[in-house]
Amino acid sequence: MRRICLTVVGMYLTLLHAFSQVAPADSISYKAKKLKLDEINLVSSYYNQTADKSSVMGGRTDYKGNGDVTDLANGLDIKFVGFDSKGRKHSLSGGLGIDYHTAASQAYVDSNGHARNNGTRIYPTLDWSVENATKGKEFGLGAYYSAEHNYYHSIGLNTLLSKKNHHNGEFSVKLTGYFDRIKMILPAEFDPVDSVKSTSSADSVVYVTTASGRTEALTYVNGQAVSTSSKNVVPSRLRDTYTASFSFAQVINQRMQGSIAMDLVYQSGYLGLPFHRVYLNTGKDTVENLPSQRFKFPIGIRLNYFLGDNIIIRTYYRFYIDNWGMVSHTANIEVPVKITPFFSMSPFYRYYLQKAVNYFAPYQKHTTSDQYYTSNYALASFTSQSYGAGFRIAPPKGIFGDLNMLEIRYAHYTQTTDLVADVVSLNLRFK
Amino acid sequence: MTKTRFFIVTLSALAAFFSPSCLPVKEYQKNRINDSEMTLANRKVEKTELNAQTYREGSSGANGGKTGGGCGCN
Repeated sequence: MRRICLTVVGMYLTLLHAFSQVAPADSISYKAKKLKLDEINLVSSYYNQTADKSSVMGGRTDYKGNGDVTDLANGLDIKFVGFDSKGRKHSLSGGLGIDYHTAASQAYVDSNGHARNNGTRIYPTLDWSVENATKGKEFGLGAYYSAEHNYYHSIGLNTLLSKKNHHNGEFSVKLTGYFDRIKMILPAEFDPVDSVKSTSSADSVVYVTTASGRTEALTYVNGQAVSTSSKNVVPSRLRDTYTASFSFAQVINQRMQGSIAMDLVYQSGYLGLPFHRVYLNTGKDTVENLPSQRFKFPIGIRLNYFLGDNIIIRTYYRFYIDNWGMVSHTANIEVPVKITPFFSMSPFYRYYLQKAVNYFAPYQKHTTSDQYYTSNYALASFTSQSYGAGFRIAPPKGIFGDLNMLEIRYAHYTQTTDLVADVVSLNLRFK
Repeated sequence: MTKTRFFIVTLSALAAFFSPSCLPVKEYQKNRINDSEMTLANRKVEKTELNAQTYREGSSGANGGKTGGGCGCN
C-alpha cells in the first residue's frame, strides 16, 4: 500500500516537473522607449574680418576698413532619441542660434556713417526624423526661423527621405524652402522724404532718417502723424529659395568611402539688397539692381580614406554654375592625425576660384545703360585660400563628467579682394 | 573641351572610380569606416566658417549647408 502511495506521489511530482518547462513568452516584439535626451552640442565662434570694398559703400576703397566685421556666434543643439513599438528610431532635435555682429559698413547706410553698426540675429530650428533600420529607410521634417533688424523674417521648411541598399550605399533626397521678407532699408540719400516738415496733406507713409541715422516710417492721415512708433511698417520685398538636394554615399572598401551631392536651386523675388550702393561712371550713386530669378547648380564630391592606423585623409571638391554667369571651383583637404586613439589634430587647406557674375563691375565702372548692376565683391572674380587646424579630444569616459567631446578649430581666410578673416570655433558635446 | 563634355567625362570617371572598387564590407569590418573623423559631412565646429564662405563668396551648396536665403543676405 505504501509503495502504491509513493508511486502515485512520485508520478504526480513528475507530471508537475514536466509541465514546468513552459516556453517563454515571445521576446522578438519591440518594446517602445520614450524620447530620452541623447546629446547636447554647444558651438561658439568668434569671427573677425578686415576689408575695404564693402557693398554698402559701392566698392569704394577710400573709406579704409569700411568692410570690417566682427561676429560672435553661439548655437545650442539638443537631441532626443526614442523607439516606437515597431522598433523604429525617432530623433527630435531642437536648436537655437544667437549671433551678435558689428559691421563698419552698416553705419554707412546713413551717408554720414551714423546708422547703427551692430545687430543681433536669432534663429531657432526644429527637426524630427524616423528611421527603420530593418528596411534601411529614413524620413524627416524640419523647420527654421530667423530674425534680424534688416529683414522681417526668414522661414525655412524641409523634408528628407533616405534609403540604404544592401551594398553599403545610401541615397538621400532633401527638399528645402526658405521664404524671406526683406526690409527695404535704403541708403539715407534715397529716402522719399528727408524731413517731417515737408509732409504733404494726403494720407501717406513718410520715411525719415532720424538723428541716429535709423530709417523710420511715419504714418500720416490728412497730414497728421498718427503714429511715430518705429514699429511702423517699412516696405518689404519677398525672396523665395527652393532647393532639391540629392546625395549618394558609398562604402568603397574597409578604408575608403565617398559621396556625391548635387543641388538644384531656384531663387525668385528681390535678390539684391536695398542698402547696397552702386556708383556709376557719371559719379551718381544708386541701389544695386539684380534679376529676379536665379538658378544655381552646385555638385560636390567627398572622398575619405583611412591611411594606416593613425591618419585619415578627407577631401572635397565642388563645381558650381548659375544663370547669372558665375562659375566656381572649391577644393578642400583635411588630414586628421590621431596622436592617441582619443586625441587628434586636423590641419586643413581650402582653395576657391570664382568667376564673376555678368552684372558685376567695380566702383564707377557701371554705365547708365546697364540693366542690372552690382558692385558687391562677393559676386566678383577672385580666388581665396583658407587654412588652419583643429584639435579634438573624445576619451571614452568623457573629459569632465558628462562632457563627451571637445573640439577647437582655427581658420585663417584671405581673398584676392583684400578681405582677410580669422575665425576661432569651439564645440562642446555632452552625452 | 566644352563645359558639358567636361561634366559628362568627370561624372563618368567618378562612376568608373566608385563602382569596380566597391568591395563587400561586413559590419565587423567597419571599425575604420565608422570612425567619427571618417564622416562624409562637415563638422559642427565648421559651421561659422561655412556661413562666412556663403556670405563672402557667390556660390554655395552641395555641402549640406545653405544654398541661399534664410537670412538678410544675397
